Amino acid sequence: MLDFFTEFPEISRSDIRDIKTSIDNAFRSFSRNYGESIENFFDPLLWFLIWIEKLLLNTPWPIIILIIALLCYLGARNWKLPLASALTFTFIGYLGMWEDTMSTIALISVATIICILIGMPLGIWMSRSDRVQKILNPILDVMQTIPIFVYLLPVLMLLGIGKVPGLIAICVYAMPPIIRLTNLGIRLVDKDILEASNAFGANYKQRLLEIQIPLALPNIFAGINQTIMMALAMVVIASMIGVRGLGIPVLQAIQNQYLALGLMNGLAIVALAIIFDRALQSYGRRLQKHNVGNKK
Amino acid sequence: MTNIIISIKNLYKIFGDNPKNMMQYLLEGITKQDLLDQHNHVLGLNNINLDIKSKHIHVIMGLSGSGKSTLIRHVNRLIEPTSGKIIVDGKNMLEMSDDELREFRRFKASMVFQKFALLPHHTVIKNVAYGLLIQGVKKAEVYERSQKWIDKVSLNGYENSYPYQLSGGMQQRVGLARAMATDAGILLMDEAFSSLDPLIRSSMQKILLDLQKELNKTIIFITHDLNEALRIGDQISILRDGEIIQTGSPEDILLGPKDKYISNFIKDINRGRMLKVSSIMRKNTSIKAPKILDNISIEDAIPILASASEGLAAVVNKNGNIIGKVSLDSAISALSSKK
Repeated sequence: MLDFFTEFPEISRSDIRDIKTSIDNAFRSFSRNYGESIENFFDPLLWFLIWIEKLLLNTPWPIIILIIALLCYLGARNWKLPLASALTFTFIGYLGMWEDTMSTIALISVATIICILIGMPLGIWMSRSDRVQKILNPILDVMQTIPIFVYLLPVLMLLGIGKVPGLIAICVYAMPPIIRLTNLGIRLVDKDILEASNAFGANYKQRLLEIQIPLALPNIFAGINQTIMMALAMVVIASMIGVRGLGIPVLQAIQNQYLALGLMNGLAIVALAIIFDRALQSYGRRLQKHNVGNKK
Repeated sequence: MTNIIISIKNLYKIFGDNPKNMMQYLLEGITKQDLLDQHNHVLGLNNINLDIKSKHIHVIMGLSGSGKSTLIRHVNRLIEPTSGKIIVDGKNMLEMSDDELREFRRFKASMVFQKFALLPHHTVIKNVAYGLLIQGVKKAEVYERSQKWIDKVSLNGYENSYPYQLSGGMQQRVGLARAMATDAGILLMDEAFSSLDPLIRSSMQKILLDLQKELNKTIIFITHDLNEALRIGDQISILRDGEIIQTGSPEDILLGPKDKYISNFIKDINRGRMLKVSSIMRKNTSIKAPKILDNISIEDAIPILASASEGLAAVVNKNGNIIGKVSLDSAISALSSKK
């Protein structure tokens, strides 16, 4: 009788072993049967990623720096950020990290594009229906909190080591903010303005494209920004499953206790993060300039 | 003859989880309070019957919570009724499909809002153009027509400003121009001038009345301000607790308030300025006395009457024909609301 209180009434060892092996076997046979077709499904993604990476690597470095400075200028409309980013990139190249940095930029760009292409429609869908929101919210919570290796494992079993599983891992982790903030931004649009648009007979498409998305843009931008930051944070983990970039040297540094190497590549990731962040944020602020004084 | 363009019949609106089921209690005669206490539903509109004449300004006046904003939103079905009929231009609004309803909102009825509800991310001209763009009018024509309305509400020079850069009165002029620009025959104005300060409000009333002289739209105007109602309304309906207690011309209401609630309301009204000479005139076509026009206010007539011999004046219509007489005594007694 006392045993009941001191020993937890567990499932028997053989039962749990059976459950585990049956799940494992089921997934193994699934991946044997469908692994290749799933891999083929992701092929266009792989080509796209490789194409961007090659484009960045084959373009002469001064042109890349010029383009980055120009993009920064378009975002921030001042000379400080383009100058700082040009200097940073020159320094990164000087320290021998140019190729890894280009690979990382290619990876982050593709990941961000995927997150936007999938995340924004999901966010819009979520904003239309409370039921969808109720279903998606816990899923997004899981995506953000589940330890990365846990979902990396089935992806690896299906697709093996390579760029695509890395990309998927990054997207799973980095997509929730853009979904959440698109949803939030659309839901926060002033009800009075929506009512006015209804009263003038706007249909759903007119309301979405003319009113909801433009007014939600500051939030959507914050979401894109977060997504990029989270994708950068995943670079080192992605390198563990064979994705090239700044993560690889960091990984080597961890394994071999190379302090300087780790620090240099780590700081290069930080520099990328800061440049992306500042450029996007100031662009987002400029989008908001019409809303001054209309804050509630 | 004036014809009825909007007809609302036995309209009920109940707010709550299960409004349809509450209708039977209501028809059995439950009070608003009991409906709330026993069934947790709020009675928004209670058996509204209202006929609105074409090309008139019909004011619906009530204090906050009386249901006036709910009522006006039934006309273009921004709010669905619990029960009743809304007939606009011979068509039952409640039988319209979504597409028909959108067409109705695009071409037949436009709206002006208490909080302006302008699009903050668009310039003044794009705001005015909004209804036309939704209608699908060609770009070049849109901006030409929008510009015309911007000129009419004297906002020229501000075409490329953003709403936040304008004062409240100017923002509402944008709202008015936006609603007028669609050329809809019906204009719904939900407390359109209530959030403006008194001077701006009265100048907006003047803009509206001037535009109305030229355009002859059917306007439903919601307000909580009786002075505003009396000034601009051809007809006034007074709404209390979701019920209409009196409908009539401004003079009907000032001279014959239906119950104590309304008498209390009109107590502080400057009757001399609101009442016209025609409302106290006695019929007489042969009197010889100083002439006054029938549509001037009693306030303006009193000095003339006081200086006339015997305190009498002949009332003439705008063609100059004598139609009646007024005495100083009747003018003075009309100033008091006590009988």
